[in-house]
Amino acid sequence: MSEGHSTYAPQNGVMKWLDARLPLPRLIYNSFVAYPVPRNLNSWYTFGGILTMMLAAQILTGIVLAMHYVANTAMAFDSVEHIMRDVNYGWLMRRLHATGASMFFIAVYVHMFRGLYYGSYKAPREMLWILGVLIYLLMMMTAFMGYVLPWGQMSFWGATVITGFFSAIPWIGTGIQEFLLGGYAVDNATLNRFFSLHYLLPFMIAGVVVLHVWALHVTGQTNPTGVEVKNFRTETVPFSPYATMKDAFAMVLFLILFAWFVFYQPDYLGHPDNYIEANPLKTPSHIVPEWYFLPFYAILRAITFNISIPFTDVVLIDSKLGGVIAMFASILVLFFLPWLDTSKVRSAKYRPLYRQFFWIFVAVCIFLGWLGSKPAEGIYPLLALIGTIYYFAHFLLIMPWLGWVEKTRPVPASIADAVLAK
Amino acid sequence: MKSAIRISGVLAAAALCLGLSGSTGLAKEEGATPHYPIKHPHHLHWSFAGPFGHWDTAQLQRGLKVYKEVCSACHSLRLVAFRDLEALGYSEEQVKAFAAGFTVKDGPNAEGEMFERPGRPSDRFPSPYANVEAAAAANNGAAPPDFSLLAKARGVSRGFPTFIFDAFTLYAEGGPDYIHSLLTGYEKAPEGVEISEGSNYNPYFAGGPALAMAAPISDGQVEYDDGTKATVDQMARDVAAFMMWAAEPNLVERKALGFRVMVFLVLFAALTYLVKKKVWAGLKEKTA
Repeated sequence: MSEGHSTYAPQNGVMKWLDARLPLPRLIYNSFVAYPVPRNLNSWYTFGGILTMMLAAQILTGIVLAMHYVANTAMAFDSVEHIMRDVNYGWLMRRLHATGASMFFIAVYVHMFRGLYYGSYKAPREMLWILGVLIYLLMMMTAFMGYVLPWGQMSFWGATVITGFFSAIPWIGTGIQEFLLGGYAVDNATLNRFFSLHYLLPFMIAGVVVLHVWALHVTGQTNPTGVEVKNFRTETVPFSPYATMKDAFAMVLFLILFAWFVFYQPDYLGHPDNYIEANPLKTPSHIVPEWYFLPFYAILRAITFNISIPFTDVVLIDSKLGGVIAMFASILVLFFLPWLDTSKVRSAKYRPLYRQFFWIFVAVCIFLGWLGSKPAEGIYPLLALIGTIYYFAHFLLIMPWLGWVEKTRPVPASIADAVLAK
Repeated sequence: MKSAIRISGVLAAAALCLGLSGSTGLAKEEGATPHYPIKHPHHLHWSFAGPFGHWDTAQLQRGLKVYKEVCSACHSLRLVAFRDLEALGYSEEQVKAFAAGFTVKDGPNAEGEMFERPGRPSDRFPSPYANVEAAAAANNGAAPPDFSLLAKARGVSRGFPTFIFDAFTLYAEGGPDYIHSLLTGYEKAPEGVEISEGSNYNPYFAGGPALAMAAPISDGQVEYDDGTKATVDQMARDVAAFMMWAAEPNLVERKALGFRVMVFLVLFAALTYLVKKKVWAGLKEKTA
């Protein structure tokens, strides 16, 4: 919400001198003090702040861990145990970092579903949404590579499975896979490049976060009504102290959840097999990714059939490639959401039909996550296929269709009207 | 509407093109693996469970004795150092004497020779075999796993919805429960269950109906210094607790710090809430 004019007034000579040369204090003041936020934001809007805190926490604990970690297949597993046993508070750093990854994903999923519910991706906030999806993609890459570093059984076999996706691409797939691995199989070269990239990507995330916040501050926040701010004086409050205090309270509550897992259930979100050192000769009976990837893992394994030209044996897309395409498409489809949603109304608050489909979609995502944790046998692949079809139908059919058929409820003329109506 | 017709046209065409060769999918469903373990581990009470968990040092000392006199013949404990044993309630002198009872390979010396010397507190437990290959060769091809992390590396999936309750009840003792049940769970294979030669039936084993290790402990195998009766159940409990300590020596410290952090965070949350309330109350007065 660039109001046009800045209210920043440097208080003393030094700040005036600086303001004329590098107006950084002015930028900070305008962005985090005077920046107007709609006064009717609810608690679901605090997760952006929580995510910023988690990114900072992951970077800080990660830098300390990198001082003690050894990226070598012969020593990686023991170096992590060295951190756990011998480094002062190393166990705490490592628990904060590993559990922190899960917390980061809990927060990002709440943040994304909030965006879906209130239509935060709709014009003019398409760039804001696309940058968000980009951050999510980078987060997934970072988390995947981070999980490989302790060099446990799930690290190794997870890396083998995931990099194996690329070999499904016709003609060039094997070449891409070998390029990613630095060899023919997951080995020391893989571990080294994953460590390097795992250190690099969080800073790229931080860079895209800056763009994300920039895009946010250009268009301003949405709010539960989905109506744009019309009167800045009555409908918004300055970011500080109003939003900062609200965000701070939400952050502390989130830290309680975080601490609950770090101190009392640190292995709850992990897999016991990762306490066994990687062994390329021994495949675990049941390879599963971390919980936050499970829905995508279910989509990957849902495609159990080849797609061929009818009445011939010519296979166009074999089941492996089909699964990989479905999995990547399940994330790529998010980029197109702003144009797939054809509704004129932004917030689900005034969209009775969409609100129901939204909750069905949430349930389907959780259902897919549960299926991802199950072995690919019996009824599970079929259920996963049904879930996958629904997942795509939600974006490709239901979202465009709702815009045409849904009878939306009357939208308030302004935020002030909506607040006064209560 | 035009675009809608176009989209549905494309979808219909795509649907026609899908020659689904479903047979491959069906073939996979038939070879479903049976689910192990056959029996779920018993729930035991552990002193280190719960938010105020603590080590029962007498139990850990008994567990160490079981490990040293029975398990260590085959199982290594390569990540644990003798100095760590002070956490079990031993004095520095006792640890020194305990370490000296082991022979450790060191070197090379100035002449380039490897040599053997008595253990020191800074040494880690020496392994019974020179390498994994030697361990496997001596044990019918199945190398006995290292004990250092085993209590965290084992655990039976609790399934839905139990795993959700676990997050609230703080159940995190799946490893020791599993070890105890496995050690006390050996029985004769029931009629109709075929197990390969040299393997031993155990319904609690997570990897199949039988495992390479035969029942390792029997009543009275160890003579406890504190007079506790050395039943199989008692020894299994003690060694499982010891293994939990070996896998996570900081467990009690972690929970104790956790309590202080929780108290701080709850108070901090209350303060933040009050400040937030005060700030927003001022806003209502302004606009009213």
